[in-house]
Amino acid sequence: MLRRLPAPPLSPALAGRALSALLRRIARRNPAILSRLGPHGAARFLIDVTDAPLLLLMEPQAQRMTAHRRSAAPVPGHDAAIRGRLAAFLAMLHGSEDGDALFFSGELAIAGDTSAVLALRNALDDAELDLTAELEALARPPLDVWLRRMMAAAARRSGYVLSREV
Amino acid sequence: MMELVCPAGTPAALRAAVDAGAHTVYCGFADETNARNFPGLNFSRPEMAEGVAYAKARGARVLVAINTFPRAGEQALWHRAVADAHGAGAHAVILADPGLIAHAADTHPDLRLHLSVQAAAANPDAINFYAESFGIRRVVLPRVLTVEEITAINREIDIETEVFVFGGLCVMAEGRCSLSSWATGLSPNMNGVCSPASHVVYDEVAGQNEARLGGLLIHRTPKGAPVPYPTLCKGCFTAPATDTGPAQTGHIFEDPVSLDATELIPRLQRAGVTALKIEGRQRSRAYVAQVVRAFRAAVEAAEAGAPMPAGLLAKLTEGQSATTGAYAKTWR
Ligand code: SF4
Repeated sequence: MLRRLPAPPLSPALAGRALSALLRRIARRNPAILSRLGPHGAARFLIDVTDAPLLLLMEPQAQRMTAHRRSAAPVPGHDAAIRGRLAAFLAMLHGSEDGDALFFSGELAIAGDTSAVLALRNALDDAELDLTAELEALARPPLDVWLRRMMAAAARRSGYVLSREV
Repeated sequence: MMELVCPAGTPAALRAAVDAGAHTVYCGFADETNARNFPGLNFSRPEMAEGVAYAKARGARVLVAINTFPRAGEQALWHRAVADAHGAGAHAVILADPGLIAHAADTHPDLRLHLSVQAAAANPDAINFYAESFGIRRVVLPRVLTVEEITAINREIDIETEVFVFGGLCVMAEGRCSLSSWATGLSPNMNGVCSPASHVVYDEVAGQNEARLGGLLIHRTPKGAPVPYPTLCKGCFTAPATDTGPAQTGHIFEDPVSLDATELIPRLQRAGVTALKIEGRQRSRAYVAQVVRAFRAAVEAAEAGAPMPAGLLAKLTEGQSATTGAYAKTWR
């Protein structure tokens, strides 16, 4: 679905700022994520959503997420990389698919510091995040209600898992 | 009904297991005292107490695995784990080391003790020794026995037996774990880390997936094909050519497949097995929820004398294929 969409109106800088705000909010409300990550919180994770236009670099400890144009060389420096389609990332985050199963089947691929990826996967799995709820909470009423409806419609149309299932 | 014993590597997985119908959940503290000491996994002391309370409120029980072997001079860490599991209200602790078992029996006489698969007690004499010496109430049988052997064991022992029915085929017996220790310098049995992620590297080399452990190439698969985790006891080995034959490459010890003994549940029930165990504390809450739901349906079907549901979980198994393991074959 994303391939057919025009390039996002957001510049990488704006996308990074919005994502960092989301990340800070998630870290604030789920302190267990950083404690589970332990020393791996300092790792830089390259999130390569292959059907999205931007590469994301996540730094949990610094609570920073930056977006980078796929075409812009070189790839930002990182300690670990996770690559896969958006559907796989969303299904894993929301508990509808098992991360190992996605990995065994090749739907997700990892490179670099395997320990850090494992720690991140386990920390996020325990946090039971719900992206729709997180986005909703960032918006002011009545925008939150509109957002919830839009996410539900998007989930129906795209088949993406946009809120928590387990 | 047979008791379903389910894994939880995180509090979220514990809740998922209980909600999906687990009778019992097993978990461990976030340190070397349990055999799944992986990054980001396991329970702090407060999380354990909350997990026990969550389970109890819904009629389920929590077992705490303290199933690695204490290092000389470091026993206090393991002793503290037993005391804290008891304090948290665990239904039982799962132990492997005879010294730790003796300590637990002496110090916590009212704490129920289970014998871990790590103890590798696979015959009636060994099991009766643990039962008589320390009051062990249940033995988790290593995955090296046939159903007939389990039946024979149950005839000669008075304590409960628990057997694995699903998940990674982790035998933890016959010296296999030494392979992982040799490759990484860290021990599955002592440090709770089998083929630790810190020593694992996945890479794409010349259009193929490679998985290495401690620098050693364990698996090579074509691009797009499943890549097993590089667990050395399930690795691919090449035996050099000899006078009698050419070089051979294959899985010498164990194939990188998972155990699925669903179809054997009625036979295991007749063999006198009390509890069925699902492996996978390192897996996600999604895995736990799906597997527990499927096995709860299976034990209910077994209770009602109905046929076993089949093939529900293929996608969740390592290498995406499953085996009935040693239960229905003779050991290689
Ligand atoms: S080496 Fe094999 S048997 Fe030992 S812990 Fe690892 S998977 Fe299990």
